[in-house]
Amino acid sequence: MTLLEVSDLTVRIGETTVVDGVSFTIDGGERVGIIGESGSGKTLTALSIIGLAPDEAQITGSILLDGQELLGRSDRDLAVLRGDRVAMVFQNPLTSLNPVMKIGRQIAEPLRLHRGIGRNDAAAAALELCKRVGLPDPERAVNAYPHQLSGGQRQRVGIAIALACRPALLIADEPTTALDVTVQAEVLALLDALIVDQGTALLFITHDIALISQVARRLLVMRHGAIVERGDVADLIDRPEDPYTAALVTAARRTTLDDTDELVPSAAAGVAQPGREGVVRPGTDPGTAVPPDAHIDAEPGVGPAPREVDRGTAH
Amino acid sequence: MAFYLLRRLALLVLAVFIASVVIFVLLQLLPGDLAQVLGGTQASPTQVAELRRQLGLNRPLTSQYGSWIWKAMHGNFGTSPLNGTSVAGQLADKLTISGPLILASTVLSVIVAVPLGVIAAARHRKADGIALSAVSQLGIALPSFLVGLFLIIVFAVNWRMFPSQGFPLKGWSDPGRAVRSLVLQTFTLALAQGAVLMRFVRSATLDVLHQDYIRTARAKGMTRTQALFRHGLRNASLPIVSILGVQIASLIAGLVVIERTFNLAGVGQMLATDISARDLVKVQGTVLLIAVVVLLLGFLVDVAHLLLDPRLRARA
Amino acid sequence: MKHVWRSWPGRIGSVIIAGVVLLALLSLVWQPYDPNKITPREKWLPMSGAHWFGTDGGGKDLFTQVLVGSRTTLLVALFSVVIAGVVGLTFGILSAIAPRWLGEAIAHLIDVLIALPTLVLALVLVAALKGSLWTVSLAIGFGSGVILARVVRAEVERVMTNDYMLAADAAGSSTWRTVWRHIVPNIGSTVIVQLSLIAALAVLAEAALSYLGLTPVSTPSWGRMIQGLQQTVTVHPRAIIFPGLAVVLATLGFNLVGDGLRDAIDPRLRGRTADISPAFTSVVVVDDIARGHIAGAGHSAPGDGEGL
Ligand SMILES: Nc1ncnc2c1ncn2[C@@H]1O[C@H](COP(=O)(O)OP(=O)(O)OP(=O)(O)O)[C@@H](O)[C@H]1O
Ligand SMILES: [Mg+2]
Repeated sequence: MTLLEVSDLTVRIGETTVVDGVSFTIDGGERVGIIGESGSGKTLTALSIIGLAPDEAQITGSILLDGQELLGRSDRDLAVLRGDRVAMVFQNPLTSLNPVMKIGRQIAEPLRLHRGIGRNDAAAAALELCKRVGLPDPERAVNAYPHQLSGGQRQRVGIAIALACRPALLIADEPTTALDVTVQAEVLALLDALIVDQGTALLFITHDIALISQVARRLLVMRHGAIVERGDVADLIDRPEDPYTAALVTAARRTTLDDTDELVPSAAAGVAQPGREGVVRPGTDPGTAVPPDAHIDAEPGVGPAPREVDRGTAH
Repeated sequence: MAFYLLRRLALLVLAVFIASVVIFVLLQLLPGDLAQVLGGTQASPTQVAELRRQLGLNRPLTSQYGSWIWKAMHGNFGTSPLNGTSVAGQLADKLTISGPLILASTVLSVIVAVPLGVIAAARHRKADGIALSAVSQLGIALPSFLVGLFLIIVFAVNWRMFPSQGFPLKGWSDPGRAVRSLVLQTFTLALAQGAVLMRFVRSATLDVLHQDYIRTARAKGMTRTQALFRHGLRNASLPIVSILGVQIASLIAGLVVIERTFNLAGVGQMLATDISARDLVKVQGTVLLIAVVVLLLGFLVDVAHLLLDPRLRARA
Repeated sequence: MKHVWRSWPGRIGSVIIAGVVLLALLSLVWQPYDPNKITPREKWLPMSGAHWFGTDGGGKDLFTQVLVGSRTTLLVALFSVVIAGVVGLTFGILSAIAPRWLGEAIAHLIDVLIALPTLVLALVLVAALKGSLWTVSLAIGFGSGVILARVVRAEVERVMTNDYMLAADAAGSSTWRTVWRHIVPNIGSTVIVQLSLIAALAVLAEAALSYLGLTPVSTPSWGRMIQGLQQTVTVHPRAIIFPGLAVVLATLGFNLVGDGLRDAIDPRLRGRTADISPAFTSVVVVDDIARGHIAGAGHSAPGDGEGL
């Protein structure tokens, strides 16, 4: 069933068209990736969907969520959906959290806003969420301030905030770009496990093709604000038709996959599909902290493995 | 944290010391020392030398400084050689006028300017936000003496609502009259300071509105306004607290001008008169008091930051 | 500098300042009347073709006085800006690049000097050195220079954390060369913004000091005109409008130019605040305080200036 339907989305800022007639759909529980170079309009596409595009942006086209048009709605109307039906994880966990508010309160806020729960219930829920995203020492974490957490831990908090209300769609805008490579893998595995568990659909934005092959099944390639190619991740990587996609793949092979000769979607992307069919991944039942190296177990000996797996086994 | 406070306190003491030295040295630059002033133009050189000896002006500068600062630490700012009254006593007396004036105009400017600044920022693209911002820019450019004169013409001369000049001789024993004779002055000072404060609140708030955590808050389901109030203001308050410290300091200086406009016998007017009369002892005492108050405000600002910002607390 | 023209505040401000400069230049070659000549017969004349702004209680032409007063205003603004620039850049850069103990000592001294409100400093200096335009400018320039020094220090520290600075160091260029080639160009725009705000402060401060009667009687000045007209303001309120408006416009002009410049470089500033990670919060805080101070003095020129 179609959850999100974006058609002919165009974003203009001043004289320039930064997103140019983008159309795509996402089904419930489906995972879609957007890839493209810096400045290709990925973030603006995402922000338009969630109603957070900058004021100066003029947005046209149509964005249907559950069949309802989102474009042209007031901030107040959209706020009701944000964090509840659609949530977002941002790129920079260092600046995305309020530096002067305790983690627990920040995590519980979506629940207080959308479920109207009281202060005490909120505190309990925050603690529960901290556990679910695998924050070490959750009792302490809820009372900590963002600066007291590491980058990876902060991004776990960002994920906890986004998933608090069990949204139907999660937009993750380069959620791991700002993190250490080792931490990247952990956070990715966590995200992966949680959305499978909740049946949440995912729109994953990145410019790292190796990464996207792990989380998404379907891929949109953006360039200069437009979608230049779309299709199954494995197909695109094997037989890129658009020269730009081909260049991306070649570049990824050369820079990040130098020790493998073939780029293959990892098991994680495959696991995403069982998730859709209602099969819950082992080790991801609610309330269980996902161990840092969970993804290693989740990606058992897949042939020529992408770099993430190599790195995983290496440590 | 206790260590941080102690360190900050030590810095405060050091700063007061440096300030006192600077003030002392600056005032030594005054041409024609006290003895000459007292002796008048007719005094012969020997008379002046005798006066110097009496006043202790022939002692080395360090010892003059030492005895001045030692007494000042005990609340004794010396006696004015010109009229023989105690400087501390006169300061205390003038403060009964200037003190309430500073307090009232600070409170007034804060309660008006902070909300307006936040509104101007929240609506910075809308006509009303731009208008508010323009008004504050204009308010900044208005010299306080012009504002004072305008208020005098309208409210004191035309409408006869408030007295235009001076302060009742009986002072605060008739509170009604005393308050009435500070109303226009309070508004004048508050307007000048409020315009600056509002502009600053606006830019601090705008800064905060562009932060990523505001976007996160909106992504959670808050409207723009909710995000600003629940996540923005606490962060914006940090630079605003800093500016408030500076504001109050410049209010003290602003007293000199508007006390002239309203012919009000407060600390500011006393300072201006003393400087023209070369009453070194009183000027030293007054300026030192001002510097101490300002440095103390800086200390309080830092303490406030410590309370408001967990990042600082962690390091402290 | 052409950036000023990009925003409305910048445009309006530039036009106003250009107008004041033209007035001052005009006064060098043309004065309709002797600004100091007392003609009792002509006192309190209304606005007319002969006396554009009318005359004051001594029969002196108000337009001529305003015209000539613009010179004083501009000179004080110029001197103050130069002095503030020298003081601010010297102490600011020195405190940031000197050995740690010296740098912190200078920074602390700057903090203490900031505690002496500019007006109080100006009062003392003017009394000590006899009021002259130089003394007034010295006081204003020094008072705002120490505030500028704080901003400069924070800016330099920001620049120094950039990679290319380290690269330059590694390449073995001398300290002064580094300062000149790397630091000055990078803090230039911020400093120019602050200097235009300081110019506004100087206009207000000069007006206030001459209003208090602390500048030489012989120097024509808007503030002194207002002081003279104040005694009769209840009877002849109109006359005070002209010098008053002149002060307001000149101050507004410099502040708007500063705003326009800031708008032009804002994207960079905004990016910077967003980019700073918590590891650098002390820099942010220091910077905020510095901005607070400059706002409290520059912007709030009134603060130290008029409020003086
Ligand atoms: N607030 C804004 N004002 C003006 N232009 C903007 C704004 N935000 C984005 N842009 C422009 O829109 C284009 C697309 O930006 P967007 O952030 O969507 O790129 P992106 O694909 O997410 O890039 P990255 O991979 O670097 O995050 C860029 O050229 C950018 O310069
Ligand atoms: Mg982006």
